[in-house]
Amino acid sequence: MSSFAMAGQRTTGNRNRRRLSRVGLHIFLIVLAFIFAWPMLYAIYTSLRPYGEIALNPNGFFSTPATLNLNNYFNVWTAGPLPMFYWNTAVVTIPAVLLTLWISSMVAFTISRFSWRFNLLVLMIFTAGNLLPPQVIILPLYKLYNIIPVPAPLSDNGRLYDQFVGLILIHTTFQTGFCTFVLSNYMKTLSKELVEAAMIDGAGVMTIYRQVVMPLVTPALAALATLLFTWIYNDFFWALLLFKTGDKRPITAALNNLGSEFGSDPTQIAAMSVLAAIPTVVLYMILQRWFVRGLTLGSAKG
Amino acid sequence: MDEQEKRVGMLSGGQVTRREVLKKGLIGAAGLTVLPAVIAACSSSATPSPVATITPTTPPAATPTPAGPAVTPAPTTPGAPTFIGPLTGQLTVGSNHSDASEVAGMASIDAAFKTATGLDPKVNKVDHNTFQTQINSYLGATPDDVFTWFSGFRMRFFASKGLATAIDDVWANVSSNYTAGFANAVVGDDKKVYGIPVDYYPWCVFYRKSFFTAKGYTVPATWTDFLALCTKMQSDGITPVAFGDDGGWPAMGWFDILNLRQNGYDFHVGLMTGANKWTDSKVTDVLNLWAKVVPFYLHGYAGLTWQKACDSLIQQKSGMFLLGLFMTGEVATVDAANKTTVLADIDFFPFPFMGNSFDAEKALDAPIDIWMASSKSTTLQADLTNAKAYLEFWSKGSTQVLMYKSQPGFIPTATDADKSSYDVLTAKAVSIVSQAQKITQFLDRDTRPDFAGTNGVGSFFLTFLNNPSQDLAKFQKSVQDFWDKLPVYTGA
Amino acid sequence: MSELEPQALAPAPASAGAGASVSTKRPRHYSLLNRRDKTLLAIMVGVPLAIFVTLIWAMTLVSIVWSFTDWNGTDPMHFVGLDNYTQLFTTYPFFWPAVAHNVMWLLFFICIATPIGILLAVLLDRPLRGSWIYQSIFFTPVVLSLAVVGFIWELQYNAQDGFINSVLMAFNVVKPNSTIDFIGDPSLNIWAVLVAASWRHIGYIMVLYLAGLKSVDPSLREAAAIDGANERQTFIHVVFPVMAPINVVIVVVTVIESLRAFDIAYILNQGINGLELLSTLIVNTMLSEASLIGFGSAIAVVLLVVSLVPIVLYLTRVLRSEDI
Repeated sequence: MSSFAMAGQRTTGNRNRRRLSRVGLHIFLIVLAFIFAWPMLYAIYTSLRPYGEIALNPNGFFSTPATLNLNNYFNVWTAGPLPMFYWNTAVVTIPAVLLTLWISSMVAFTISRFSWRFNLLVLMIFTAGNLLPPQVIILPLYKLYNIIPVPAPLSDNGRLYDQFVGLILIHTTFQTGFCTFVLSNYMKTLSKELVEAAMIDGAGVMTIYRQVVMPLVTPALAALATLLFTWIYNDFFWALLLFKTGDKRPITAALNNLGSEFGSDPTQIAAMSVLAAIPTVVLYMILQRWFVRGLTLGSAKG
Repeated sequence: MDEQEKRVGMLSGGQVTRREVLKKGLIGAAGLTVLPAVIAACSSSATPSPVATITPTTPPAATPTPAGPAVTPAPTTPGAPTFIGPLTGQLTVGSNHSDASEVAGMASIDAAFKTATGLDPKVNKVDHNTFQTQINSYLGATPDDVFTWFSGFRMRFFASKGLATAIDDVWANVSSNYTAGFANAVVGDDKKVYGIPVDYYPWCVFYRKSFFTAKGYTVPATWTDFLALCTKMQSDGITPVAFGDDGGWPAMGWFDILNLRQNGYDFHVGLMTGANKWTDSKVTDVLNLWAKVVPFYLHGYAGLTWQKACDSLIQQKSGMFLLGLFMTGEVATVDAANKTTVLADIDFFPFPFMGNSFDAEKALDAPIDIWMASSKSTTLQADLTNAKAYLEFWSKGSTQVLMYKSQPGFIPTATDADKSSYDVLTAKAVSIVSQAQKITQFLDRDTRPDFAGTNGVGSFFLTFLNNPSQDLAKFQKSVQDFWDKLPVYTGA
Repeated sequence: MSELEPQALAPAPASAGAGASVSTKRPRHYSLLNRRDKTLLAIMVGVPLAIFVTLIWAMTLVSIVWSFTDWNGTDPMHFVGLDNYTQLFTTYPFFWPAVAHNVMWLLFFICIATPIGILLAVLLDRPLRGSWIYQSIFFTPVVLSLAVVGFIWELQYNAQDGFINSVLMAFNVVKPNSTIDFIGDPSLNIWAVLVAASWRHIGYIMVLYLAGLKSVDPSLREAAAIDGANERQTFIHVVFPVMAPINVVIVVVTVIESLRAFDIAYILNQGINGLELLSTLIVNTMLSEASLIGFGSAIAVVLLVVSLVPIVLYLTRVLRSEDI
């Protein structure tokens, strides 16, 4: 009885305190959100200012802008072949995402639906490999890429090195580890009866994969697709080291090239960074829900 | 003057005699040499190679390749048919010219090449630092047919590893357009020619004339004057020395010149090739000298690019700037962007002298840039004629002047380059180089590339600069230990 | 597997529930089918697996072998025993700093960035007006590439005209020749990089944790509230323990990200002068002018061994709970 009354008192006391703490929480979050957004806002602001004006001002960047314009964007866009870098990114990213989803869904389907003998081993090999730092294998991989022959339409120099197909291959391979893990977990949550019913109806393995399982994992695939796109788009390491042709690099790795071309002018580097960031930020804004779902799929089952 | 002295004289525009070269005999004919045979001496070859290197010299009078076995790079066939003519097929070109001014220069040269031959080269532009750090993986994989590189040990190193194609036939057509100093700079360990020199630039101390006049500063001739001037500038609230060491290589220019001034050319070359040790007390002397100038460096230099340092000179926030003549390219770029004329206000002087016996050497870094043909390019066999035509095209003064017009820091190497287009700075640079008795390429070109790599000597120098008062013996030992662990160089 | 094969080739009439009888009647078809399905499945798993093993694990083995050689990429290879490791552990001056920086990275993430991410998740988990706006802002850095992160933060950090120093100079806190050298000062730059990296890591952790919190059974909290526990107590004693699986994921993500750290340091100064990391050392010694493949491979093996610790811990945990 008394404990009941005390609980009641506590709730009323809490209500006032909670209102107060809610205001405090908002203030805290607003300040923190501003700190988080600041570097991005500042990059955008810098990209709109002419460098000449800043260089001549004794206060440098901490000065009231006399002019704000898009000149830096025009300069960057015309000086470097930016449309080509975006195109390179598309040529690598889109096939890599699709291939990864296709392959990992097949593998996941197999190891999650059937009592496959090496189920555990396969999953371990994929997952552990996916977690390895890529620097561990970069040099042997580079040498291997120079040995493996690749026929003409896929490669213009007969190898994997310096080729889109090579970059697609390593991205697909690395990401397959992650996606297989996620998808096999996801598929295990699907009801077994569906697959069994399909079997009873006489469906073959491929039919079950195509017509029963794939439609059910579409949400997971969509979520993974947004995530994969961002990761592959943002890759710097592989594209930097597995390409020798500057003009073949995807936009993220090309930033390094452009950085030296714009040398000491931070306003153009800012414009370039903003341009490079736009696709993933826009994608994120549109597909926010899928994004978060993709990230959490991987950890839903630990 | 005996025969060899004459030759030396010719190399340097007829002003030089050098007896110690003769005494040594090792370096052979090339008087103004860098890094020469010592490298060969530490290779597996028992006989010291007489091949010499370096020597950008004044191109005043065209000096045909002098007679003498050491200098003559491979048998030449005078009057060989030119490779330049109507061309078909394709050509891939690897370029490290990524700064805005050099990109423009490359564009005009490739346009001119297309006009001359009908062939439009496919240029693979990679930013300068990345091109350099990835050179091994680049040349070992599927390089472009021809590529930009540096003369000196750095050229010979890759040539000796079979990563470059000898171009003696091209050289036969163009050798008359080069002085012997340049000719020597492109000879490999096997005496074959591997490169076409296209430009060079001395490392000097740059400043703004109007700024010096306004502040009443005078150009320092000696190290003491230099330090005094630094102190004065600092008390005037100016950063005495602009310096940006992003990438780790600009500091090498400082070490080079201090070592040359303090210990002389021979010691420096010995150090670069491994004959002398980094634990030598002479290196300690240099580090102690260097420590005196570190407090005068532009604040935050380790995180600044040389372009940023250059900007501080342009903006008169810094007083002096040790760098290659190519810094004028950045000045020109900034001028163009801001519609200013700072370039006309830029002047330079040779690094101040120590007042010792090595003053007479007037040594300095004056690296030569070259074009080379790769060997592992998958298309080179098909494109070979085109590649040779391109290299030959670059040996023309008219071609080199096209680059010079965009990047006034690159002095043409060809004897027939139109000198009337040279600006005051270039003329002065040419004269300073011609007065030098000894010329080095640059630390990372004169020593083995695995020592000069990103986490090699450049990083070591930064650890020194961060704390010049550290235990130098320990520091020097760590550098020497690193050297000692490098794989044995098995050049020709 | 055997349950599935019978019907696959069985024509319509044989259908429902007659699996066992069909299988005894048509043994040949089973085995045919069995083989076909098995082949299909083997291809579906085998090919990707073979590629994966070749590109990832075989290359790892190659790295290990090379670490005992003096190979430089062109000259003949000699086995040199443990020489590379001896040099690494004793005389090479950039190895221990690199290890130290990786450890600092790890500790900074574990002690600061990850807890902040968790805190944000907990704060934003409650019904709060505008919660999704905060979430979006905190998460946006996660979608940026680390290369862009490097450039963006350089605008803040630059010693000459970076924003932070511009403000400090405008208020006369620092002079132009005494600005804070975030990138060039080797005792400071690792912290500057850690802040930039955390900026991205915090949002990542927040989202992961938020999803975990959403999946916690609300009745648990209600029960705790009825028992008189306040929010902090509820979190520490009820929610956090329930979140064990997510916590493992978070720890693994944090550790792996710390070991993989490369891009920001490489963009800022190629990973030298205070920004040495195992990853940048590997790239700089092997894929550079140096081409010290044997030596660089030894560094790669060190990184491999260190990485295997969290990987193995994670896998044993995950796979123990697998119902395979």
